[in-house]
Amino acid sequence: MVIPKIPIGEGVEKVVNWIEDDFGILLDIFSDVTDYIISGLNDTLLLFPPIVFALIIGIAAYFIGRKDLKLAIGSTVGLLLIENMGLWVLSMETISLVLTSASLALIIAIPLGIISAKNEFAYHVIKPLLDLMQTMPSFVYLIPAVIFFGLGNVPGLVATIVFAMPPAIRLTTLGIQQVPKELTEVADAFGSTPWQKLTKVELPTALPSIMAGVNQCIMLSLSMVVIAAMIGARGLGYQVLIGIQRVDIGQGFEAGLGIVIIAIILDRFTQHLTPK
Amino acid sequence: MGLSGSGKSTLLRCINRLIEPTAGNIILDGEDVATADSEELREIRRKKMGMVFQNFALIPHRTVLDNVAYGLEIQGISKEERDVKGKEAIETVGLKGYEDSKTSQLSGGMQQRVGLARALATDPDILLMDEAFSALDPLIRSEMQDELLALEEKMQKTIVFVSHDLDEALKLGDRIMIMHDGKIAQIGTAENILTEPADDYVSKFVAGVDRTKILTAETVMKRADPVVSMNSSPKVALQLMREHGISSIFVVNREKHLKGIISVDDAVSGSKAGKTIKDVMTEDVTVTHLDTPLNELIPTIENSSPIAVTKDDGKLLGVIVRGSVLGALAIEEV
Repeated sequence: MVIPKIPIGEGVEKVVNWIEDDFGILLDIFSDVTDYIISGLNDTLLLFPPIVFALIIGIAAYFIGRKDLKLAIGSTVGLLLIENMGLWVLSMETISLVLTSASLALIIAIPLGIISAKNEFAYHVIKPLLDLMQTMPSFVYLIPAVIFFGLGNVPGLVATIVFAMPPAIRLTTLGIQQVPKELTEVADAFGSTPWQKLTKVELPTALPSIMAGVNQCIMLSLSMVVIAAMIGARGLGYQVLIGIQRVDIGQGFEAGLGIVIIAIILDRFTQHLTPK
Repeated sequence: MGLSGSGKSTLLRCINRLIEPTAGNIILDGEDVATADSEELREIRRKKMGMVFQNFALIPHRTVLDNVAYGLEIQGISKEERDVKGKEAIETVGLKGYEDSKTSQLSGGMQQRVGLARALATDPDILLMDEAFSALDPLIRSEMQDELLALEEKMQKTIVFVSHDLDEALKLGDRIMIMHDGKIAQIGTAENILTEPADDYVSKFVAGVDRTKILTAETVMKRADPVVSMNSSPKVALQLMREHGISSIFVVNREKHLKGIISVDDAVSGSKAGKTIKDVMTEDVTVTHLDTPLNELIPTIENSSPIAVTKDDGKLLGVIVRGSVLGALAIEEV
């Protein structure tokens, strides 16, 4: 007897088609708005001449890094090297995509993290979903993204948001769950409202953990934005893709180096913003 | 007061409903806290109760002043007003000058002062203190206990203080409730509990206590009987001493005020020489008050002359002889 194949793939396809047919207009609006944000940010970044931008980042790094000269010089030199390799415009595109997708991911992830810390039921729903999202190969997110949004920056952004959310959700939940019991008792014993308890005691106490989540979210966004070049997201990832297709080691390596420089700057910035 | 697991912290948390009581009433100013809705409960917690925690529970990212002012802040009191009240509370606990310090820079004792100031800042009627001094070093703990007593004297607040340390309970408590397995074993003053333990558990519990610190002159004194009047004669005094088999007798005036003491030898020689009471008595009497702890009396009782217990105005209330002190201490050995 032949056991018939359970139509999992077909089922997912049906759901995706249904969303596309019935929510097409919403998807279009979302697509237009995010595209507008990304290109707006990109245009703003490109307003600065590369040297000026590199210096601004260097000065910012000096203060954010608590007078860390190494970080300041490293950031400026790194950005100038990107300009020197002729990757400036692509890098700004990548940064725009990363910042937009990471911000959107955080806007969704942090409230979800709070809800899952506060609500037992939500926790048990969200946790397996996060496990699924983190083990699923990242390429798989690209397919529905393409179907909903076609090729380009927006599907890349959506796939990135989905991919970058889990650690921010997890670390927000963890941070709030780890607030010492006595501290939440203090909030209650003095008569705080639930909102006061959250904003004045729990979130500030959980901030180091939440900021670690923010850092993770940005780093994952960067890695996914590169992969999203496969579905037409622009930026340095696209350059890497071309390098692979043409077996052009030099071009691929230069683009890769540019990504590393951006990654280090973003990482150090977010780490230094975390309160010790 | 009770050992861990006896339910004392749970009971304390039921008072402000950090733990929901499953049965019973909590009557505060004639209203039942147990049935208050969340809005009423919040009001009660804000205005009527302050709490101090075992591990201080200071909010880590806030300064000393902002920690102390937390209770005021959530009531929506303006920054100026809560800074003023917060600073007052900080001064009360002796931390003036540390307003802008980070709490992590303070020692344990100072952190708990911040915790106490936070509870005092809202000027609640009741302070709930959950093993508030248990995490402190013995010396600091004793210092904090003394200061709490002084504060209590000054502010006249009701303090519910949970402790697992009997010495602490005996030192701080006007009334002590001993808990055992979630039940009340006994409620009473320190002396009640030491002298009349309600059951075996309590008596075992208090067996190791240094009674001399707790028992007072009042507990061990006997009625000063007989005494001899100033207008009487040494012969009468001698007669009284013989009848009662004692070796000395107090002399009092008509208002029962202590005037002196006559020993049996002086009475004998005095009555032979026909002297008056006034001539033979000595005014050199050891005098003490009702609430003097026993450990302060022991050195003086050693020379075996009786100690007189008097009121401030000199009225004789009783007498302490060596035997009665030893008797009180001996209960412990049984």
